[in-house]
Amino acid sequence: MKTTSPLASLFGKSPFRPMQEHMRIVERCVLELPPAFEALRRNDMDEVRARRDAVSALEHEADELKNRIRSGLPATFLMPVGRSDLLDLLTTQDAIAGAAQDAVNTAGLGKLRVPSAMDGQIMPFVERVVEAVTRCRTAIDTLDELVETGFRGREANAVLEIVVEIDAIESDTDRRGMELVRTLVDQEAELGAVAIMFWYHLIRSLGTIADEAENVGDRLRLLLAR
Amino acid sequence: MEYALVFVTLAIIFGLYMTWGVGANDVANAMGTSVGSGAITVRRAILIAAIFEFTGAVLAGGHVTSTIRTGIIDAAALPTPEILVWGMLASLLAAGLWLMFASYFGWPVSTTHTIVGSLIGFGIVGAGVDAVEWRQVASIVASWIISPLLGGAIAFVLTLSVRRFILDAESPLEAAKLYGPVYVFLMGVLIALITLFKGLAHLNLTLTNSETAGVALVVGAIVGLAGRSLIRRIHVDPAAEKDFHYAGVERVFAPLCVFTACSMAFAHGSNDVANGIGPLAAVLSIVNTGQVGQTSAVPLWILMLGGGGIVLGLATMGYRVMKTIGSKITELTPSRGFCAEIAAATTVVVASRLGLPVSTTHIIVGAVLGVGLARGIAAIDLRVIAGIVMSWLVTLPIGATLAAFFYFFFKGVFS
Repeated sequence: MKTTSPLASLFGKSPFRPMQEHMRIVERCVLELPPAFEALRRNDMDEVRARRDAVSALEHEADELKNRIRSGLPATFLMPVGRSDLLDLLTTQDAIAGAAQDAVNTAGLGKLRVPSAMDGQIMPFVERVVEAVTRCRTAIDTLDELVETGFRGREANAVLEIVVEIDAIESDTDRRGMELVRTLVDQEAELGAVAIMFWYHLIRSLGTIADEAENVGDRLRLLLAR
Repeated sequence: MEYALVFVTLAIIFGLYMTWGVGANDVANAMGTSVGSGAITVRRAILIAAIFEFTGAVLAGGHVTSTIRTGIIDAAALPTPEILVWGMLASLLAAGLWLMFASYFGWPVSTTHTIVGSLIGFGIVGAGVDAVEWRQVASIVASWIISPLLGGAIAFVLTLSVRRFILDAESPLEAAKLYGPVYVFLMGVLIALITLFKGLAHLNLTLTNSETAGVALVVGAIVGLAGRSLIRRIHVDPAAEKDFHYAGVERVFAPLCVFTACSMAFAHGSNDVANGIGPLAAVLSIVNTGQVGQTSAVPLWILMLGGGGIVLGLATMGYRVMKTIGSKITELTPSRGFCAEIAAATTVVVASRLGLPVSTTHIIVGAVLGVGLARGIAAIDLRVIAGIVMSWLVTLPIGATLAAFFYFFFKGVFS
């Protein structure tokens, strides 16, 4: 039935719940990493590739949702936060999934063995990277509450605390990543240049996941600062 | 007067058709926010509308009706009373047809703007440019700009205050239970004050200032206490709260929206009933007295007829239209609908008391924008504003042209 009411076209579809959904998919993506790297340590390449495919599917799902959210945000929308800030946040969330895919793709090449010297360091590093993303998801999960409170007040302060936590976790992953690279360089004679190159790329990709998680936190700060 | 019975019959048919249209289409705009936010069901909205649109029309519909009846066309400038009769019939017919046409195509046009445009159009061709009370027209047009802005400003402040006192409190749920009824109380007092203050002459009721204040306080206390008892037993659902921390707060606001919906219906009835019965009242008083100089109050039975027409529209088409509009605004939450409706209802009641015919729909849109500017709504599509301005610019000349055409038609037939 046609309606003559301007009210009927006044309300746009809220992007905030879909943003939360997007971040949950990104988190599921990253949660595939610990089992993937455990499998890599066991040299169980079938399992690594299974996890790689899972990440790939989730990354694709996140990408599609990202595009849907984007195309649902015309420039005429009046929102509690700036449209471009929100779109930047979305792009950054999506970049986490991209980095996770990069890492697991490298791991799934089938050329890498975990050197014994790195064996004790790799899992704590991965777990810490995952933690950064999980905290990110917790923060993004409050978007609907932030809309309710106008991105201010108690709810906003609680989110800012999480953002500070993410910063700290990211610094920790930086440190751990550097240590891993140092260990790696010491293995040059044993591993050979090609493996070194791939491992270096892998460690960098894992670090990028945490970096992007930190960026998500920074974008959130921006939303709360307006 | 010759053809008196024909004129009266036509005026009643056209006038009832207009009020029927108001009931069928426009009420849904006034109450859609409550339905869309899930605060009340469509069925309950229809019931509330039937009672309070009628009450608003009868208690407070007289001022705007007087404006439509005598305020826009200077009756003294007319050579014969018939001119005003033809003109009023022409205006009703023009407005009715244009609204029918526009709603067929889904264009957002305002009943108020259409009827005012029609009156101006007939006035210019029937009685000359000087017969149109341009000062009055100017203040009406100004009120079309000011009223949505005022509604928006009130809604903006209300949204900030709800955030400050309730949402950002230590325990938002307890704060909502404590302050929610206070908002309802204040709204009740304010609307009663505006309506009662020297406003019930047509019921032969003249209250002193202190009586007015007393009655207003009693009205406020009744709705405030009723609101309190409705929300007292609301408890938090832990599962819902985990997903959304303010689920409980919104559940407190939902029953309170029943009261804001009542005031919206009251306000709407008090302003929009005039669109149909203003011209009807003019025709009747000319036919009865044979004169154009009309100073007496609008008869109560005409207001009741108008209220009845609105209820008829609700009963026949209201359910379907309300359901459609409600389904388009589900993004609105009860706490935001609450702020928007208090703001809009208060603004409309002020306009009604001042005798200004305004668009309730535009005011509620303004109020929703006010909530949005206070960062209260996830997404508002500003394209609507362009549509509203367009419908404005189109409706006035088209209403005027059609009314002028029908004026000559009636003149040709009856003279």
